[in-house]
Amino acid sequence: MKKIFLSTIALSLLLISPIMGNEEKELTGDELMSKSNQAFYYAGKDGSSDVEMTIRDAQGGTRTRSMTILRRNEGENQKYYVYFRSPADVRRMAYLVWKNVKGDDDRWLFLPALNLERRIAPGDKRTSFVGSDFFYEDVSGRNLTDDTHELVETTDEYYVVSNKPKVPNSVEFAEYKVWLDKTTFIPMRSEYYDKNGKLYRTVESKKVEEIDGYYTVMEAVASDLITGSSTVNSFSNVRYNLDLNANIFSQRFLRRPPREVTSRK
Amino acid sequence: MKRFFILIMCVTSAAYLGAIDLGGFDIHGFIDVRGGLRTNSDPHERDASLGEIRLQLFNETFTEIGTFAGRIDFIYDGVLDSSHIDLEQGLGPIDLREANALFSPLDSLDIKVGRQILTWGVGDMLFINDLFPKDWNALFSGRDSDYLKAPSDAILLSWFPGFVDVDLVYTPLFDRDRFISGNRLSYWNPMLGRRAGRDAISEPERRHDWFGDDEVALRLRRMIGTYELAVYSYRGYWKNPEGFDPVANRARYPRLMAHGASLRGALAGGVLSLETGYYDSKDDRRGRDPFTPNSQQRYLIGYERELMRDLQAGMQYYVEIMENYNRYRSTLPEGMNAKDEARHVLTFRLTKLAMNQNLSLSFFAFWSPSDHDAYIRPTVEYKATDDWVIGTGANIFVGRDKDSFFGQFEKNNNIYASVRWNF
Repeated sequence: MKKIFLSTIALSLLLISPIMGNEEKELTGDELMSKSNQAFYYAGKDGSSDVEMTIRDAQGGTRTRSMTILRRNEGENQKYYVYFRSPADVRRMAYLVWKNVKGDDDRWLFLPALNLERRIAPGDKRTSFVGSDFFYEDVSGRNLTDDTHELVETTDEYYVVSNKPKVPNSVEFAEYKVWLDKTTFIPMRSEYYDKNGKLYRTVESKKVEEIDGYYTVMEAVASDLITGSSTVNSFSNVRYNLDLNANIFSQRFLRRPPREVTSRK
Repeated sequence: MKRFFILIMCVTSAAYLGAIDLGGFDIHGFIDVRGGLRTNSDPHERDASLGEIRLQLFNETFTEIGTFAGRIDFIYDGVLDSSHIDLEQGLGPIDLREANALFSPLDSLDIKVGRQILTWGVGDMLFINDLFPKDWNALFSGRDSDYLKAPSDAILLSWFPGFVDVDLVYTPLFDRDRFISGNRLSYWNPMLGRRAGRDAISEPERRHDWFGDDEVALRLRRMIGTYELAVYSYRGYWKNPEGFDPVANRARYPRLMAHGASLRGALAGGVLSLETGYYDSKDDRRGRDPFTPNSQQRYLIGYERELMRDLQAGMQYYVEIMENYNRYRSTLPEGMNAKDEARHVLTFRLTKLAMNQNLSLSFFAFWSPSDHDAYIRPTVEYKATDDWVIGTGANIFVGRDKDSFFGQFEKNNNIYASVRWNF
């Protein structure tokens, strides 16, 4: 009996020890990216923000986009509702995404002049989001299981993680490195390298604030080093845990924007 | 009477705009200048297919009571040159696109009353269960594709009890298509046995009876996983004047009931669309009247996917099958060309975005192997700035026969160009 008791204690200690030892143990690349993904894309159970997007081309021409984004977490999946305010040719368009971590996303675009709900083919997520230097994947997140993640450097401020696609030709990058803030796990800088190891694209978090207890990127810049264009995203009116109604993320509210977006500004 | 009507329209629009302005609400819109030329001469039409300046004003106001929307176009039309305003056919200097109010008396109920654009179904420029008015003149002459849909004066009830979405549309007075009457585009006139245009503008028998000549359209829809399943029902009239009254010697709009279903969802990295409908031609159920269309079955299957980055491709197969074909053949008057029992149509779409998605190149083609005709629509659009958009395109019809669906429009082949300033 005693033996059993002792071995139970020993077993419990064995089970507990890796958890206790975790504090000292260095996090792996996988764990870091998972924490970062959670902090950056899944903050709160839902959220909303206004976005001002300024696209600057190499010749100095600028275009702006203004939109409101609503997000709701549903387990590991998420739903996004994007309502465009400007420029005039996209005003009142609404874009709905059901992000499915396992499988293709479902996407709809509402065109108000035709009162038409278009279903958009899943397509390449690494294409420009509304003509900017941000990709769809930058907005809604990249599936962590698509890449391998390796912690390559730890500095005073950052964990530097190297990410490589498991299927090499599925994406335009051969590797991207992310600098994660050691306390917030927010990606402060991402560098994308092509097959020849040449840096061709960066995404940076320029301003981070704590809102409702969540570290939030308030300004982000994506730069295309080949074309010389860059896009600045400025976020405002950021809020979390609004108890957004699940119905908002349905066809009904594509046609008829919800109060959550029409009452702003 | 007409003048009085125009006056009323001007006063109400001025009052409306004034009210909006006083409230400090936003007005948006555009100025669109657009010209088009026929590439071949048409004895029945002008050489210019399009020549217009259009000012659109749009306001949408969200209040505690509801949402109010107005969208009105003021047009100078150098081709039709008509001062008579026809809000139904969209002729004359004013086209009222939207004037509606949306209320939500219950959490699960939306009611939209007034002039509105209505759309449903899953086809890409092919419509089976969408029996809301279309504007074929706009499409074929090179207006922006937004103008393919014409407005309805209707009440839309949308009820969302949870397990299904219900949309019920009541249109108290039949809203027909903005059909090809000959004023701008020439068409096949079966009575004359030739193509006709301004020399024989079609004036079908109108349906005037409010609440008598009405339309009801219903859709039930729900998601099955990530597939959208819908069933539809419609009671009204053929949207184009496809019937003929031999006594009055005029085209007419026979009665129509339609029932159908659609399914749309993701498949193999693309989007699959299926739609079917049964057109019950109530004025000629047995198919014995040669002057009224027979009942039809319609089927559509479409698939769209991205071929490479910023290049989308879509394909559709569509067929309409005439019921009681033998009776149609046996009652058809001597000398009239018989239609086929089945009309098959294939469509192809390619859309390429370039220059940070500011340049859009699009190619859309309809091809009917059974009618031996085709309709091809290449378009180019460039967003020069956030406010300025320039565009050009063509509408090309080819056909073996002069009376087939697309072949009849062969003399209307045109190219067009446009400049638009959005504000």
